[in-house]
Amino acid sequence: MTALSDRLAEIKAEGRAALIGYLPVGYPSVKGSIAAMVAMVEAGVDAVEVGIPYSDPVLDGPVIQRAAEAALASGTRVSDAFLAVRAVVDAGAPAVVMSYYNPMLQYGLERFATDLAAAGGSGGITPDLTPDVGEAWIAAATARGLDRIFLVAPSSTPERLHMTVAATTGFVYAASLMGVTGERTAVGGAAERLVARARDAGAPAVCVGLGVSTGAQAAQVAAYADGVIVGSAFVRPLLDAAEPEAGIEALKVKVAELAAGVRGRA
Amino acid sequence: MTDSLQAAPGPFFGEFGGRFVPEALMAALDELTDAYEKARIDPSFREELDRLGRDYSGRPSIVTEIPRFARHCGGARVFLKREDLNHTGSHKINNVLGQALLTKRIGKSRVIAETGAGQHGVATATAAALMDLECTVYMGQEDTERQALNVARMRLLGATVVPVLSGSRTLKDAINEAYRDWVANVDTTNYVFGTAAGPHPFPAMVRDFQRVIGVEARAQMLARGALPDAVIACVGGGSNAIGIFDAFLDDASVRLVGCEAAGDGVETGRHASAISGGRPGVLHGSQSYVLQDADGQTQPSHSISAGLDYPGVGPQHAWLAALGRAEYWAITDAEAMEAFRLLCRTEGIIPAIESAHALAGAMKLGVELGSSATILVNLSGRGDKDVETAGKYFALLPEPTS
Repeated sequence: MTALSDRLAEIKAEGRAALIGYLPVGYPSVKGSIAAMVAMVEAGVDAVEVGIPYSDPVLDGPVIQRAAEAALASGTRVSDAFLAVRAVVDAGAPAVVMSYYNPMLQYGLERFATDLAAAGGSGGITPDLTPDVGEAWIAAATARGLDRIFLVAPSSTPERLHMTVAATTGFVYAASLMGVTGERTAVGGAAERLVARARDAGAPAVCVGLGVSTGAQAAQVAAYADGVIVGSAFVRPLLDAAEPEAGIEALKVKVAELAAGVRGRA
Repeated sequence: MTDSLQAAPGPFFGEFGGRFVPEALMAALDELTDAYEKARIDPSFREELDRLGRDYSGRPSIVTEIPRFARHCGGARVFLKREDLNHTGSHKINNVLGQALLTKRIGKSRVIAETGAGQHGVATATAAALMDLECTVYMGQEDTERQALNVARMRLLGATVVPVLSGSRTLKDAINEAYRDWVANVDTTNYVFGTAAGPHPFPAMVRDFQRVIGVEARAQMLARGALPDAVIACVGGGSNAIGIFDAFLDDASVRLVGCEAAGDGVETGRHASAISGGRPGVLHGSQSYVLQDADGQTQPSHSISAGLDYPGVGPQHAWLAALGRAEYWAITDAEAMEAFRLLCRTEGIIPAIESAHALAGAMKLGVELGSSATILVNLSGRGDKDVETAGKYFALLPEPTS
């Protein structure tokens, strides 16, 4: 069991859903992103997804794209993600990385898993790597006791859903809708149906991502999922702020709103 | 080797290829693969595609011997496969007619496409108009400015052209944006991919739709007496090259040469030669050679030819390079433009700058092989779209009168 799985089990025992916050490392700077992640932990996220910026993020909408582009333009490296993971873990929350496949592949899957485990990370989320082509990553992660977290989508066929659930540890990442990351005005019924399908396929924990941006939406998703994953709504305050410090303050307010949401207090 | 290399089915070609995409797209790719597997063995699909080739785009394309140009090729005999004479001006139409027919078969009403120079976008808009499909084309903002005429052409044909503002604002970002559209609209929309790259089934399927080039050319050369000693084509993503190579793959005597764009020269770092100057990696859904930094971030490509200006290459080319069945050369902007100028002056044919890379390769290959050799060049497109670029390059445009 990873720190992530342990924490998810504790939260379940509390009778609520977890709040998982995503931020890309390197925006507005490596240091600034780490400060923002630690601030998220202090403000109430239960776990952090450390995003690794990539030049061709096909599953990301404009908000995360902008932050990732800026992070790359200022020279952010893959290895910076492990510094962020260490800082989040030291702040008391489990950390996972979220990375497109090519940066992991070029870093070396074995080396990536070794460095992630050494930093205290719990596992990796791979938006463009599915278990059927992910054998090498699964082996590298498993050998170091890391969770390999795969996505399911409303379009997943029953066969693929079962295959993905069987290959996943930690939690199954359920994409709430057919689309890219970004804030939406409503989280539709597809998410609830997908969570039920993943549970039926044997998933012990299912967290919902894509589109959740308000406390009310978090409360709604928390009623049926084990966790709520929030990305763009946490990146936006950092993008909109004139000064990094102001961004972090605005981020904390947003985290508090979502943290209340997963506790049913939106 | 005894096994045929022709029409390799994928998803993997050796260690290259595969399908590295978000789970949300897997069902659509499976549906497309399934529909394609059925269509390729369905005589009525083949007949419809053949009919469109014959009555709409002008197949078979002719083969032209170019003796005056050949004097600059060590005296070898040089033949052109004239894909430039197809409707819409390049080989791209072969592929889009197939994929548009397939779109109708799977009951979808909308197509999306990416385009760099605009050739694939124009071809897709054309097929969409012909088959009554809604069409959206993604094009990097930089390319919409460089190729304004093709933007107008697509709009005349009824397509919506979306300038892409993300990333480097070029072809690779247009592909990213098309993927994002596809994820959100996959129920109604089919992605008509322009080259023999991307996730399975695109590399194999696009190759099959372009395969007609080599099948025709092989028969046309045999009818003139013999197989050529070498077949040469330009390689961006690589669809025209794999299209002409495939029928010759099992002819051990035929040398196959792909010409990548070397821009200012591979050694300068400003180039688009994924095989000569890149490393294996995953980009846009498949494993192949990629221009990338140590962290796997895609690096911008450079070429005078917008159609070759792409930091990846189709996985089947990576495989043929690894097998040693095909060789891949890097042709600089300067070499390509010299070949471009020569073909215009010696044969009265204005080639696409993309295809001029293959012509430049033929000039080198002819010198190497000598006067007894026969070389077949795939003239993948015509140069109408490149008149402004070439006019500037050769300083032929009128001086501004201010």
